[in-house]
Amino acid sequence: MKKSTYISLFVLTGVLIALGLIVPYWLSFLITVALSKGLVVLGLMLLMRAGMVSFGQGLYYCAGAYSVGAFSQYFKIDDILVLLLVAISVGGTVSAIVGLLLARYREIFFAMFSMAFSMILYGILVKSTSFGSSDGFNVISPTLFGWAPQLEGGPILPFITISLIVMIVSIMMYHYFNSPMGMAGEAIRENEIRVEYLGISVHRVIYYKYIMAAVLASIGGAMTAMTVGHIDPEMAYWTTSGEFVFITLMGGTAHVAAPFLGAVVFELMRSFAFQYSPYTWQMVLGIALLAIIIFLPKGLWSLKSKIIKGDQV
Amino acid sequence: MNLIIAIIVDGVIYSSWLFLIASGLTLIYGVMKILNMAHGSFYAIGAYSGASMIGLYFAGGHPPWASYFMLLAVSIVAGVVTGLLIERGLLRFMYGRDEVVMILVTYGVLLILEDVIKLLWGVDAYFAYQPYVLLGRSKIGGLSFANYDFLLIAVTAVIGYILWWSLNRTRNGKLLQAVIHDREIAGALGINVTRTFSITFVIGAFLGVLAGALTAPGISVTPGLGIEVIVLAFAVVVIGGMGSVGGAFVGALIVGLSRALSVHLFPEGELFVIYGVMGLVLAFRPQGLFAIAGARKI
Amino acid sequence: MTALLETRDLARNFGAVTAAADINVKIDAGEIVGIIGSNGAGKTTFINMVTGYLAPSSGEILFQGKSILGKQPRQVMRAGMCRSFQVAQLFPELSVNENILIALSMAENSRLSFFRPLKTPDMEEKTKSVLAEYDISEYGEESVMTLPQGVRKLLDIAMALLSGPKVLLLDEPTSGVAIEDKFDLMDTVMRAVKKSGAAILFVEHDMDVIARYSTRLLAFYDGRVLADGPTSKVIRDEKVRKLVIGNHLDLDKLEAANA
Repeated sequence: MKKSTYISLFVLTGVLIALGLIVPYWLSFLITVALSKGLVVLGLMLLMRAGMVSFGQGLYYCAGAYSVGAFSQYFKIDDILVLLLVAISVGGTVSAIVGLLLARYREIFFAMFSMAFSMILYGILVKSTSFGSSDGFNVISPTLFGWAPQLEGGPILPFITISLIVMIVSIMMYHYFNSPMGMAGEAIRENEIRVEYLGISVHRVIYYKYIMAAVLASIGGAMTAMTVGHIDPEMAYWTTSGEFVFITLMGGTAHVAAPFLGAVVFELMRSFAFQYSPYTWQMVLGIALLAIIIFLPKGLWSLKSKIIKGDQV
Repeated sequence: MNLIIAIIVDGVIYSSWLFLIASGLTLIYGVMKILNMAHGSFYAIGAYSGASMIGLYFAGGHPPWASYFMLLAVSIVAGVVTGLLIERGLLRFMYGRDEVVMILVTYGVLLILEDVIKLLWGVDAYFAYQPYVLLGRSKIGGLSFANYDFLLIAVTAVIGYILWWSLNRTRNGKLLQAVIHDREIAGALGINVTRTFSITFVIGAFLGVLAGALTAPGISVTPGLGIEVIVLAFAVVVIGGMGSVGGAFVGALIVGLSRALSVHLFPEGELFVIYGVMGLVLAFRPQGLFAIAGARKI
Repeated sequence: MTALLETRDLARNFGAVTAAADINVKIDAGEIVGIIGSNGAGKTTFINMVTGYLAPSSGEILFQGKSILGKQPRQVMRAGMCRSFQVAQLFPELSVNENILIALSMAENSRLSFFRPLKTPDMEEKTKSVLAEYDISEYGEESVMTLPQGVRKLLDIAMALLSGPKVLLLDEPTSGVAIEDKFDLMDTVMRAVKKSGAAILFVEHDMDVIARYSTRLLAFYDGRVLADGPTSKVIRDEKVRKLVIGNHLDLDKLEAANA
């Protein structure tokens, strides 16, 4: 990455945070949730670039959220950094175990099997009364070293935090995608046999990617929990995971920013659909999904290159 | 003793219900390589059309015994209409795409159908208990079971037999097996793959709708029904081996009995057990119990 | 002296079908060995077994005196034995440059970096020189999908040679390549192999190519090694002529043309 790219990214994040403080609270709230989901989607994109689609990222989304909820409740700790660390270690540990098994699978089996694992968590949470069963429970609003800035409408710390996280993660993932390990994903998607014969363990590459995706998803879940203030087992339900796949497809996999773009568009689209046609918002989403598959198979991000090419002609 | 009877009977009832749903899903996957996420919505459509028609039927004062045949007729109509609309109107333009893309396409269909169902039937619950109550209850070893559930087992057995017979004992069924086994060979044999796909999808849709229609009398039909059912059907199909009807039968038995075990002995683990079993099977047999493994060529 | 590659009683069954049996072969450094045999004679099975893609039903494989039985392809590759494929195994949606860049990064080190960029000036320089070595520089920016068959084959072989193996196995390097281009392709490959110093085994159907390039010849028939020896001797072997090559071939003309 060039120095100028770094600078413009810093400026962009600064502008985003400043805007978040000015715009109506519902919008900054929506963006916080969207960017949190964008992290999950970034993880999915990472897998998808290696040719794998997980229908079970809800597992880590939910695990991140519940570990934050449980930890803050039992230990009376509300520091956002501590809580994020907890979520990351839980997501990382679970995925390091589950990944041993899942990294063997491809395509439809990977999709189904990852879904099964998220449904296991769902099944456990729905029946566990100490976590409020299917109703879930409330999560406290986080602080940073005791600091909890408020706006008219609600706390703004989650928004500032997610903006910074997105910036840092984007930089890291940008480097990752251009590294040999990152490109190994593309190579595996294209031809696993060749990768093995080049002396690389396909299994290990996928295993690492699976863990990275899980950690990103648990950060997303943790941030969602702290923003929304409530969690329930639905976060691990397969429809939640399906939504993430939807967003990944919508954004495209060509650029680190695509998942965040996809997530923001998705959240806006959903809240408008929900507002203007409360009985058919799912239908709107379904039609949008089909339209993307048919007309924009590489996602919204591919519009960018199409527009640029159009300009040149 | 009673506990064992309860587990077995409940397990078999649940298994036959699962097989009804999963058979259509696995048939469609086997022939078309489409893992149909909207299959649960077919089930929901069946439940709603069954329940609402039962309501009209009994309100009209027709002979109660014929209501069972009406459920069948409703399933055929709803299944054929839904299946044809989706296959001819959408899926056929998508053939040849990646299996994972097809999952997403049917996921889009699911989202759309969920709202179509709400538009057609509203969000209030439907009850169609008459056919259920009509048959009364019987006692096995001091435990009371609804006879309707035994009817369900019988119907499943008949459907299972018809499926097995038509796949293994008829010319068309054997041709279909050829498609399941190897699509290129099927094309070379002169099988009309497009038509085969249409018919398969309609039959699969009908099976899903029928499962819903037959379940409707025993439950309250509410929104979101299909979403719960589809993941169970996935578990069954994955355990049995995707695309294998016989596998779905075994998968349904495994899931049904382990759930019954869990419900009676360890109620908290009900959902956990189903996916736990699925995980266990896949860990040892990645392709499921009865799948035909394809070799990879260099 | 221990042989570079040695197989002892190697066999493989697929159910009741014997794909390979009693394969005893020794390869020494610097040898250029041709492999002939009709389809299904066990040539590719042999390559798949020695490179760890296919587990033998019985037998032993030694590489530099050490058993490599049960090792994965990647471990065999790290030990120093690489292969090419009948159907070139490439990354089709990526460009030729990216193919080589990725292959270079992988061949160099099994621990891939998460953070260091793949495209450094140094790596790009190496990529250029690889393409130049095989005379395919002009295709650098092209997507692999659009490449002519011969270029794909070369790319496939280039990838196999990147790690500097001691033994290189080529599975029909000239299949799908036009007759008039076969010698050019083989010349290019042989030049690169000689530079690397690897021993080479290549499966080939074209007897002209065999006669011109191989110094030793293995003839496979029905999963077994029918004959093994200097090329000129093996192609005159009566059994080989009858079962593998066919009697119609004019051997004197062949040898004269390729002398």
